[in-house]
Amino acid sequence: MTEPLSFELSRPSVDPPRLPEADVAGPNPSDVLPREALRSRPPGLPRLSEPEIMRHYSRMASLNYSISENFYPLGSCTMKYNPVLNEAAAALPGFAGLHPYQDEDTVQGALELMWRLEQALCAIVGVDRVTLQPAAGAHGEWTALRMIAAFHHSRKDVRTEVLVPDSAHGTNPASAALSGFQVVEVKSGPDGRISLADLESKLTPHTAALMLTNPNTLGLFEREILDIAEMVHATGAMLYYDGANLNAFMGICRPGDMGFDAVHMNLHKTFTTPHGGGGPGAGPVGVKAELVPFLPAPTVERTNGHLALDYKRPQSIGRVRSFYGNFGMLVRAYTYILAMGGDGLSQASQDAVLSANYLRKLVEGDLEMPHDGPCMHEFVASAHNLNENGVRALDVAKALLDRQFYAPTVYFPLVVPEAIMVEPTETESKATLDSFALAIKEIVAQARTDPQGLHDEPKNLPVGRLDEVTAARRINAYLQGQSEDPILRWKAPSASTSEKAC
Amino acid sequence: MPYLVHSPEDRSTMLETIGVRAMNDLLVDIPQSLRLDSLQLPDGLSEFETMAQLSTLAARNRVYPDRLTFRGGGVYRRFIPAAVAAVTSKPEFYTAYTPYQAEASQGTLQAIFEYQSLIAELTALDVSNASLYDGATAVAEAAMMAHVHNGRNEVLVSGYVHPEYVQVLRAFGEGRGIKVRKDGEPNKKTAAVIFQQPDFLGLLVDPRALTAAAHDAGALAIACVDPISLAILAPPGEYGADIAVGEGQQLGLAPSFGGPHVGFIACRKELVRKLPGRLVGTAHDAQGRRGFVLALAAREQHIRREKATSNICTNHSLCALAAAVYLTYMGPYGLRQVAEVSFKRAHNLAERLTALPGWEPAFPERQFLNEFPVRLPKAQTVVRKLARKGILGGLDVSRWFRELKGVLTFTCTEVNDPRALDELLEALAS
Repeated sequence: MTEPLSFELSRPSVDPPRLPEADVAGPNPSDVLPREALRSRPPGLPRLSEPEIMRHYSRMASLNYSISENFYPLGSCTMKYNPVLNEAAAALPGFAGLHPYQDEDTVQGALELMWRLEQALCAIVGVDRVTLQPAAGAHGEWTALRMIAAFHHSRKDVRTEVLVPDSAHGTNPASAALSGFQVVEVKSGPDGRISLADLESKLTPHTAALMLTNPNTLGLFEREILDIAEMVHATGAMLYYDGANLNAFMGICRPGDMGFDAVHMNLHKTFTTPHGGGGPGAGPVGVKAELVPFLPAPTVERTNGHLALDYKRPQSIGRVRSFYGNFGMLVRAYTYILAMGGDGLSQASQDAVLSANYLRKLVEGDLEMPHDGPCMHEFVASAHNLNENGVRALDVAKALLDRQFYAPTVYFPLVVPEAIMVEPTETESKATLDSFALAIKEIVAQARTDPQGLHDEPKNLPVGRLDEVTAARRINAYLQGQSEDPILRWKAPSASTSEKAC
Repeated sequence: MPYLVHSPEDRSTMLETIGVRAMNDLLVDIPQSLRLDSLQLPDGLSEFETMAQLSTLAARNRVYPDRLTFRGGGVYRRFIPAAVAAVTSKPEFYTAYTPYQAEASQGTLQAIFEYQSLIAELTALDVSNASLYDGATAVAEAAMMAHVHNGRNEVLVSGYVHPEYVQVLRAFGEGRGIKVRKDGEPNKKTAAVIFQQPDFLGLLVDPRALTAAAHDAGALAIACVDPISLAILAPPGEYGADIAVGEGQQLGLAPSFGGPHVGFIACRKELVRKLPGRLVGTAHDAQGRRGFVLALAAREQHIRREKATSNICTNHSLCALAAAVYLTYMGPYGLRQVAEVSFKRAHNLAERLTALPGWEPAFPERQFLNEFPVRLPKAQTVVRKLARKGILGGLDVSRWFRELKGVLTFTCTEVNDPRALDELLEALAS
């Protein structure tokens, strides 16, 4: 069951939609613009009626798993329930209908919301100020590193290296490199936590920052965080917090108190704004006082109840996005925080930790657990024990898909072979966790009796495993001019490309 | 508590299964000195009270009707077909994750593949990526591509490119040691020439001349384009630009105080390996069925880490979906109709405004599509007067460009009906 492309469904005889006529006197473009400025032929967009379009997209929607229907135990992605109230709030005309260049006096409610969200995030992570401008987590990481670079630069302190643990997300080293830093890797110890000895050997007067997430990507709390912070600060470097795992400890502890100087947050993880199949998200960054002068401009300031945008920030790293960030996502996150409150957020994190430990317990006899518990909000298991039957983490993932579960994150973090990273979140019931554990048991049993059956999964989805190797080869052939089929887009069969010139 | 599923009984059963007595036993790795008693935030609210607070905040904003909004500057009021929200509000789309598991994500992957195809058709370039955050970061990412492609360390911004895009470009460039130069001629240090068509003021530039100048200097040409304008204007692929970027807000997205919107980027096939972000391609399963997968992932941060072409991970998929629905709904002739109606009405409005005493075209020798600059006496007073009449008047561009003191840009689209134009003129005359 697959769906044709809109381009394949297109029929040239379909009427365009009914749209307004100009109904005023005025020229046509071809009357006044020089011929070479005009498009020579219409763009090759499909032509479909509205009923056909709606059915096309409804059918495509039915090919997706989503958090609304399926358990999504994707480690480090915090796929929790997206409250429908958030959507209703963001759609209020008083928010959705605002032009970004309206006068400040006419957008006081929007600025007030941004200011209150900033205050709430400051309280949750323990920092002094927050910028809401970054559009996603990686964008926030990069923004924080630019601020750290500007801080060192302002003190005429030349620091060229950023330390990143070997268990870190790929965005960490990528963001560091794009900020102009050399990336130096810090090793994890046998207990899954950062090796203090290795850290000590890598910290030098050239170190600008250590990027860390805590709990780390193995779901383990870095017990020696206070010592780590002291070591980093003693060399004059800064400590950066990757907020991917913030869902583990709201109301339990705060990165600011641990000694982190800059903290990014993913509103599309911890604060329930929907993932949208890959965004939009929002990646605000919180900072301690010493980094405040370097925040992106504008900031939102509140004086005697009046809200204003402050562009006069001479030491600012500048602007990282147009306008004021993904405002619609800020509305959703603020709505969630209001509804949950301090008490609700604390309970959410505790339930997330409880669920992860519970699920870990249920499957610890089936998969390898490379590190001792307790874990925080997620745990990393390994399918290494199934390798002797020729079964890999990927097979477990695909077999879960056939059992109506989305797959956990696999092969990450890189420090665990055959990693299966599970994050259940607080919005999945005990019954769901029980049935997921049962599915794991079945799959592990099948690995012993019928490994080939697992290699053939998924069987119940619109398509089976797709041959990415052949696809990559065909893309190469196209990019090297050896094939006309672009693979990365639809292209009209060559006979019918000659639509009439306009 | 809202959105939490465990009952107190569930919690005790789960603790018992784990083999601990209390929640605190699971938090033993956290040093006691770091533990909080509670968050310094008010307790939660009922749904009714939450929405009441949000509605109160929303009511403190002033929303101008679409038809009486004549301000653009990068964000425009357009007719949005009901089909767009009907699709993007399907939970199967908006609550799905990045499509890592292709077999369970064919809907999202196919939608992105169609979006990529639509953008490639519109720009007349070979390949588009799956989306970027916005027009500003799209310009910056394109500049980084040029820098990586030819190893040069300067980008040249030609003419009135959106000032916020240039600010973001500077911030990106600083991390990579790339200088941003305004105007002048490209030379052998120039990685790319960046221009906007139509420019920030709404005026047309000569993209063929700018592209040729870039290529003569061995630089790439980056065209920042208005997607709806491409129903009328020559697309970047026709005049030889190497990379096309732009802001896709006009393709079915609400203004929403500036975001979330969507940045698009498309390029010639020789540059595809330098593209930032996700790319979807076709692949087949063992039974020969066609499906869609994330392709060329070796460019990306989760594989290449510090050597990745970009750090982008979460992008703006759902906004790209909106754009795909919009473009499919419009088709080639609907899009052209929208562009032409906007063109005609804007030219009608421009003629009437510049007939007012003291009002004149700021650049009389230059052509425009549906946004144009006029110079007038007491521009700020005029804008305030219009606001009192419920009209969002032109944008005061002197805020960014000192030489444009007294210049407002007005924009006009298919949502500004003829009666709205009359009301604007009447308000000015009163």
